[in-house]
Amino acid sequence: MPETEVKATISKSTGLPRKRFYRARAHSNPLSDSHFPVPISPSQFDYSLHYPQIFPSSDQADGSRKIQFADIGCGFGGLLISLSTLFPETLMIGMELRDKVTEYVKERILSLRVANPGQYQNVSVVRTNSMKYIPNYFEKAQLTKMFFLFPDPHFKEKNHRRRVISPFLLDEYAYVLKAELEADPVVKLLSSATEEGQKVARNGGQTFQAVFRRIVPSDKTS
Amino acid sequence: MEEAEAEAEVESNRDNVEVAPALIAVHPEQISVAVAVGPDLRVFDLLAGSAASLVDECGAPFHKDPIRAIRFGSRGKLFVSAGDDKTVKIWSTESWRCVCTVSSEKRVSAVAISEDGCHVCFADKFGVVWVVDVAGSHGHVTLGDRKPTPLLSHYCSIIPSLEFSPDGRFILSADRDSKIRVTNFPKKPLNGAHEIQSFCLGHTEFVSCLAFVHARECPQGLLVSGSGDSTVRLWDISSGALLDTCEVAAKAGLLESNGEAEEHGHAVTDLCTTISGLLIAVAIQSLQGIVLLSCDVSAQTLSVSKVVSIAGEAFVPTCLGFSPAEGKLWMVTGVSSLPACNYPPLARVRVISAIDAEQEPVVLGDDEIPGGEKLLETLQGSASVDESAFLAAAEAVKTAMRNLLIKKQYPADNRESRKKTRNDRKLKM
Repeated sequence: MPETEVKATISKSTGLPRKRFYRARAHSNPLSDSHFPVPISPSQFDYSLHYPQIFPSSDQADGSRKIQFADIGCGFGGLLISLSTLFPETLMIGMELRDKVTEYVKERILSLRVANPGQYQNVSVVRTNSMKYIPNYFEKAQLTKMFFLFPDPHFKEKNHRRRVISPFLLDEYAYVLKAELEADPVVKLLSSATEEGQKVARNGGQTFQAVFRRIVPSDKTS
Repeated sequence: MEEAEAEAEVESNRDNVEVAPALIAVHPEQISVAVAVGPDLRVFDLLAGSAASLVDECGAPFHKDPIRAIRFGSRGKLFVSAGDDKTVKIWSTESWRCVCTVSSEKRVSAVAISEDGCHVCFADKFGVVWVVDVAGSHGHVTLGDRKPTPLLSHYCSIIPSLEFSPDGRFILSADRDSKIRVTNFPKKPLNGAHEIQSFCLGHTEFVSCLAFVHARECPQGLLVSGSGDSTVRLWDISSGALLDTCEVAAKAGLLESNGEAEEHGHAVTDLCTTISGLLIAVAIQSLQGIVLLSCDVSAQTLSVSKVVSIAGEAFVPTCLGFSPAEGKLWMVTGVSSLPACNYPPLARVRVISAIDAEQEPVVLGDDEIPGGEKLLETLQGSASVDESAFLAAAEAVKTAMRNLLIKKQYPADNRESRKKTRNDRKLKM
C-alpha cells in the first residue's frame, strides 16, 4: 500500500481541489494557435460528456435542452457554482483558456457533484478560446445570458486586439444571444459570487456593473 | 542537434515568405484576361488582340510586392488587385486606369466586389474585412485615394477567400479556423455589417476558396467551398446547413491505395463554378489537372464528374477562371519567385474548352486558345516557358500555403528552451 501522499491536490476535509496546486499565470495568449479539440459544429458538441446525468448516452442529445448561460473567462468558477443552484433547470457552461484553471474547475464540479447528489449536474466547463470558437459551440440565438467577468481593459493600443469585448466580437455575441428582456436576479451575484468581486469586497473597493441586452435590429429585411 | 535542425527550418521558412502563387482572372464577357505573378500585373485585351497598357498615376511599378488577389466585378466594369504591399488598386476595365488606390494597415489576402459595383471589400491577414465605397467610378473618372472602413472581423485568422452572394444580400468570409461566416450586407456598409446570418461549420482545416452555383430553382445560389482537408462541401447559406461533402482528393486518386494520405498534402487550392451544366472545376495541390464536379441542385448533392489531366506538361494549376460567354476554363500555374534559385517569376496559362456535362473537355493547344501566341507572350512573359521549373514551382507554392494556413505544431521537448526569452522566466534565474 502506498504511503500517504505529501501533496494531495484534493483537500481531504472538504473534498474540493486546493487552489495552490492549480495556480497559473493571469494571462494566456488568445492570439496563438490552439491545439485543444474544438467541436466542428454546435451539433457535434458532446452533451453527455459534460452533463452525464442529464444526457446519459451521447445519442440522446435531441436538441430539446440546450445550454443557455455561458460564462466567458470563468476563471476559478465562482459565479458558475452559485448560478448552478439558483437555476437548477438551466444548462450552463464556463469557457476558460488556461488549462490548469480549467482542470481546477472540473475537479471542483466533480467534487461538488459527489458531495451533493442531484445538484451541480447542470454546470460544466470547457477549455477553449471563446474569441475564436464561440460559433462552434452555440447555435444562432441559443444563449439567454452571457457573462464576461471581468474583461481585461488592455489599455495600450497595441493590445486593443486582445480585448474580449470589441465591436467585431459583439457581432458574434449578438449572433449566439436571443433577443429578450427580463428583470434579473443574477445582477447582485456579479459582485458577491465571483472571486474578483469577493477580492474587491475584501479590499473595500468600489464596483461598477454593466448589463446589456441584445436588441432586435431595426432594418431587418428577412 | 535538434536546435540546429529547428533553426534550419526557420531559415527555409523565411525564404518562403515571398512565394506567391500566380493568379488569373477572366472578364465576365471574355473581353480581357488578367494574370498576376508576383508584383506584375499583366492584362491582355482579347477584343483588341493586344496587351492592355495599365495607367496608374503613381507611376510604375504598380505593386511593389507580390499580388495576392485579383478580381473582375460581376458587371465587368471594375477590376481590383491587392497584395503584400498593403495597397488595393481599383481599375476601370474600359480604360485600364487605376481609378482608386486604397491603403491597408496589413497585407491583403482576399478581395471582392459587390454585385452592384458600388463597394469593394478586402480582407487583411489579421481577419478584418474592410469596405470602400467606389460608386461613381468608371471610365476616366479618378477617385484618388480612399480610406477603408472596417466591415466585420474574424478574430485573428487569415481570410483566404471573400465572396458576395449572387443576389448581393450576403457577404461571405472564410477563414483559417475552418469557419465560413455569412453576414447580411447592409444598405449602408460603411457603418459595419453586424447582422450575422449563419456560420457554415463543417470543414476541419482552413477554407481556401468559395464559389456559388447558380441555379434557376435557387436564386440565392448554393455555396461550394474548398478546404485544406481535401474536401469540397455544399452549403445552404441562409441556415448554414451542410448539404453534401465530396472527398475530392480521394476520388481523384491522389491518395495512396492503402488509404493513408500524406498529411496536409492535398489542399483544394481553387474552385470555379461554370454556368452551363452546373459543373464545378476544382484545383488540388499535387494534381496535374483539374477535377470536374457536378452539382445536382434538387437533390443538393455533389459528385465527381470527370478528372481532366493535362497531358505533356507537369501543370498543377494555382488559380482558375471561367468565362461564361465562351464556356472556357482558364488556368494558370506559376510562382512569384523560387527560393534558392534565381528564376524570374514564372507563369503558364492553359485553357480547357467544352466544359459541359455532355461534351468531353478538350485541353486547347497553345495556338488554339483565344488570343493565341500573343496572349501567351503577354501573360506568361514569354511564349514558351521552361518546363523543368514547374514541379519546383508547384512544390514551393504548396509549402508556402502550408506554412501560411496550417497551424504550427510545436514539439513538446524543446518547450523549455523556447520559454527562455519570457520575462518571468528570466527573473527566476
